[in-house]
Amino acid sequence: MLRYDVVVIGGGPAGMAAAIAACDSGAKTLILERDVRLGGILNQCIHQGFGLHYFKEEMTGPEYAERFRKEVKKRDITVMTEAMALSLGADRTVTALSPDTGLVKVQAGAIVLAMGCRERTAGAIALPGTRPAGIYTAGMAQKLCNIDGYLVGKEVVILGSGDIGLIMARRMTTEGAKVKLVLELMPYSSGLKRNIVQCLDDYGIPIKYSHTITRVVGNPRVEGLYYAPVGADRKPVLSEEQYVSCDALLLSVGLIPENDLLNGLDVKMSAVTNGATVDENRMTSLEGVFSCGNVLHVHDLVDNVSEEAEIAGRAAARYSKGELPAGDSVSVSACDGVRYALPQRVNLGDGKVRLYFRVDNVYKDARLVVESGGNRLVGKKFQVLAPGEMGSVEIDRSAICGDVTVRLER
Amino acid sequence: MDRFDVTVIGGGIIGAAVLDRLSRYDLKALLLEKCDDVASFTTRANSGIVHAGYDCEPGTLKAKYNVLGNPLVWKEAEELDVPHLKCGSLVVAGEDGIDGLEALAKKAEANGVEVRILDREQTLKIEPNVADRIAYSLYAPSAGVVSPYQMAIGYADRAVTNGAKIILEAPVTAICKRDGDYILSTPKGEFATKIVINCAGANGAFINDLVGAEHYETTYRRGDYFVLDSTERKNISTVIFPLPTAAGKGILVAPTADGNVIYGPTAIDTTDSEDVASTLDSLDSLRASVPLTYKRPAFNKCIRVYSGLRTLIGHDFVIGRSQKTENFVMAIGICSPGLTSAPAIADDVLALALDGLNANKKKEFVTVMPRHKRLKELSDDELEQLVAEDNRWGRIVCRCEKVTEAEVVAAIRSPLPATTVDAVKRRCRAGMGRCQGGFCGTRVMQILSRELGVPLTEVKKGLGANIARYRVKEVE
Repeated sequence: MLRYDVVVIGGGPAGMAAAIAACDSGAKTLILERDVRLGGILNQCIHQGFGLHYFKEEMTGPEYAERFRKEVKKRDITVMTEAMALSLGADRTVTALSPDTGLVKVQAGAIVLAMGCRERTAGAIALPGTRPAGIYTAGMAQKLCNIDGYLVGKEVVILGSGDIGLIMARRMTTEGAKVKLVLELMPYSSGLKRNIVQCLDDYGIPIKYSHTITRVVGNPRVEGLYYAPVGADRKPVLSEEQYVSCDALLLSVGLIPENDLLNGLDVKMSAVTNGATVDENRMTSLEGVFSCGNVLHVHDLVDNVSEEAEIAGRAAARYSKGELPAGDSVSVSACDGVRYALPQRVNLGDGKVRLYFRVDNVYKDARLVVESGGNRLVGKKFQVLAPGEMGSVEIDRSAICGDVTVRLER
Repeated sequence: MDRFDVTVIGGGIIGAAVLDRLSRYDLKALLLEKCDDVASFTTRANSGIVHAGYDCEPGTLKAKYNVLGNPLVWKEAEELDVPHLKCGSLVVAGEDGIDGLEALAKKAEANGVEVRILDREQTLKIEPNVADRIAYSLYAPSAGVVSPYQMAIGYADRAVTNGAKIILEAPVTAICKRDGDYILSTPKGEFATKIVINCAGANGAFINDLVGAEHYETTYRRGDYFVLDSTERKNISTVIFPLPTAAGKGILVAPTADGNVIYGPTAIDTTDSEDVASTLDSLDSLRASVPLTYKRPAFNKCIRVYSGLRTLIGHDFVIGRSQKTENFVMAIGICSPGLTSAPAIADDVLALALDGLNANKKKEFVTVMPRHKRLKELSDDELEQLVAEDNRWGRIVCRCEKVTEAEVVAAIRSPLPATTVDAVKRRCRAGMGRCQGGFCGTRVMQILSRELGVPLTEVKKGLGANIARYRVKEVE
C-alpha cells in the first residue's frame, strides 16, 4: 500500500492546481491521471480565451495547461499517467490501474476529486429518429479535429449552445465545413455571450433559440434532420417542422460532473449541480474527501476552476495534517431565480468566503441578495445575469448568524 | 465457385443458432450475412427477455419452441459465456386484472409452464417497486434476461470455432438453380449450395420470393426503448410486464443481462422493413406507460434510445421445408418469443436440413467456449497476473464500463472478428456506458485502425459508415 498525504484524482486543470496547492502546503502529493499526459480537456481546446482572469493574459488551452504542467514538474509531486482510479473507499483508500504498475492501492490522508465532467449524449436527451454515424458530442468531434486531425463532416448542424458547441461551430468553419444552423431548446444560450459573438455572429452562423430536433433522418449515416420551434412547455410544435440536410450533427446539450467513483459511497450530492455538496474548503460530506473543478459543478471559465482547486488542495493538505478543525456550520441554499449557490455549507469563523452561483434564466437589472438569519449580508446589483455565466459574491463569515440563502430580488 | 452443403441466409439469432448446430456435423456450412456483423438488425434491438412461455396460444409453434427453448437458452448462455440472469418475470395487474391473469395461468398450464398468481404482498417480495395500483401478478420463475446480440455472437463464434464459415456484407441478391445446387449471388461472389436455410428475418419473405418458394405477406411492428444507466439497476429485481394485448406483450421494465435497465417496447405497425427511427410520440407513450407498472421510472437516467423491428408473417412462426422448391428450409416470421425459441428452432431446422444429407456428427467439437475475461469480473490477483503478462490489461479504454485495451483487442481477434466500432461495443461493451463512447470512441477507432491495418478514415462505426471522414486541412 502506497501512502500519500494528498491523492488528487484527475490531472486536468483542477487536479494540477489542487496538487500544486497541496504540495506548497507541505503535503506529499500524488496525481492519478487516466490520460497519457496531464492537462485534461484543455489539451484539445486549442482556441484562445483562457487565463484572462488567472494570468491576466489570453492564451490557448494547451498553453494554459502547460503553465501548470511546468509548475507540477518543478515540485516533488508524483504523477501517474494512464492511471485510472477504479474505486474509492470511505477510509480514503484509492485503487487505481495502469499499464505500468498494474493495480495500485494508495492510502491517502486526504483525497481531492478532480475528474472533470462528461458530455450529455444523444441518448441522454432521447433524441428521436435514427441513430446513425455522424452524430457526436461536440467534445468528441473536437478531440478528433484538434488532437487526431480529422473532421467528422462538412455540412454541420449543432444542437445546443454550450460553449464547446459554439467553439466547434467556429472550428469546423475554419476547417472548411459549412455550419448551417445551431439549435437551442431554451430561449437563451447556455454558453458564454462572448462565444455567441465570436464563434457564431462573426461567422454568420444562424442560431435558432427555442428550437429543437424532432427527428434525425438517415441510416447508416445522418442525412438530415427535422426541427421545430418549441412552445412554452418546451414541446416541439410539429406543424412548424422544417428540414435541414447535414452530414454531421454535433451535440452541446450539457455537461455532467463525472462522479461515478462516488457511487456506493455515502456522499451527499446536489441534484442541481450533479456534484457533491461541499463547504467553503470544498470538503464533501465524507471527511477528508474534497472536490473541485467540473466534477464539483460545471464551470464556464478554467480560471475559476484553478482558483477553486487551489482552495481544495490547500484544505486537503491541512486536513491530512490534522489542521483543518471541524466546527459548526450553516447551510447555504438558493431560491428565487438562483439555481444553485456553492459552497452549500459554510463553517463559522472569520475572513471572507466567496459564494458562486448560477441563475435559472436571463435577468436584467436584478439584485443578488445574500441573507443570513434575517440579516442581509450582500445586495449586489447586476445589469445582466444569464444561466451560461457563473457569478460570485463575497461574504464576511463573521457576519453569519444563521443559515444562508442566496436569491434574486427584482 | 465455392460449394457448400448447407448455406444459411441471415446472421440474426436464428441463423447463428442454426449455423452453430450445422457446425457439429461433417459438412461444409456457410452463413451469408447482409451487414458487417451478425446480430445487426432485429437481434441487436431486442428486449433480451427469456420468456417462460405462458402467454403463447397453446398448440402454436410459438408455444412449442418457447417452452422447449427456455431451458436451452439458460444452458447455452452458460456454454457460450453470454451474460444472462434467470430473474423470473411478473405480469402485473390492478384490481380489475385478475381475470386476465387467470386466463394467462390457464394458458401456462396448457403449455406446461410453471406460474403462480400472487397478491400484492407476495408480489412486493419479488419486486418492491411495482406501481402502487398493482394488486396481483403472475409470477414465472423460469423467465429472465440474456444479452440477445451476445447470444448470436456466441453462436457465431462457436460455429466458426467448429469449422463453419461466415461471410459478412454478403446480401443475397439473386438465387438460381444449377445442376441440383442453388447458386446464391452476393456482392462477395457466388456460392453454390445444396441446401438453403432462410433465416433472413425482416427479409425472409423476400428470400422466399427470390427462390420461388411460398409467398408470404409480411408486416412489421416497430418498438422503441429507453436504456437506463446502470445506477438504476438496483431498483429492479425482475422483468415487469403489463397484461398482454393484441399488439404484444406490452411495455416492460426489465434489468438487462449486462446491468442496465430497459423500458419498452412500443408497438407501431409499419410497412417499412427498415424503419428503426424512434418517434417523439412513441417515446412519449413510453413515458406515460412505464409508471403504470413501475414505481420508480427514471427517464432522466436514460443513456440511450433504440428501436427494433419485429417481423410478422400471420400469427405464428414459419418453420419447415418449402413444398414448392426442394432443399429449401425456412425459419422466418420469427418475432417474439424468437430469442427464447432460437435454440429449439435451430434443433428442428438442423433435422430438416440433415434430412437428405448424408452427414455424420463430428467426432470432436467445442461445446463450452473459453470464458471472455472481463476486467469487471477479475479478482485482484488475476488482474495483477494478466497485467504482468500483457500490460494492455492495465490500460482502461472505456471508463464507464471499465473495459481494457486487452478486451478490445480480444473482441477484434475473436473467432468472428469485430471490425467496426459497433461490433467491438457489442462484444466487450466499450462505448455502452453512460458517455456512449464520447471518451473511448476515438481510442477504439485507433485500436481498430492499428489491428486491422487500415487508416482511421476507413474505420467504420458500423454498416459501412466511417466516423473520421476527412483530414483536417484537406483541400478538395
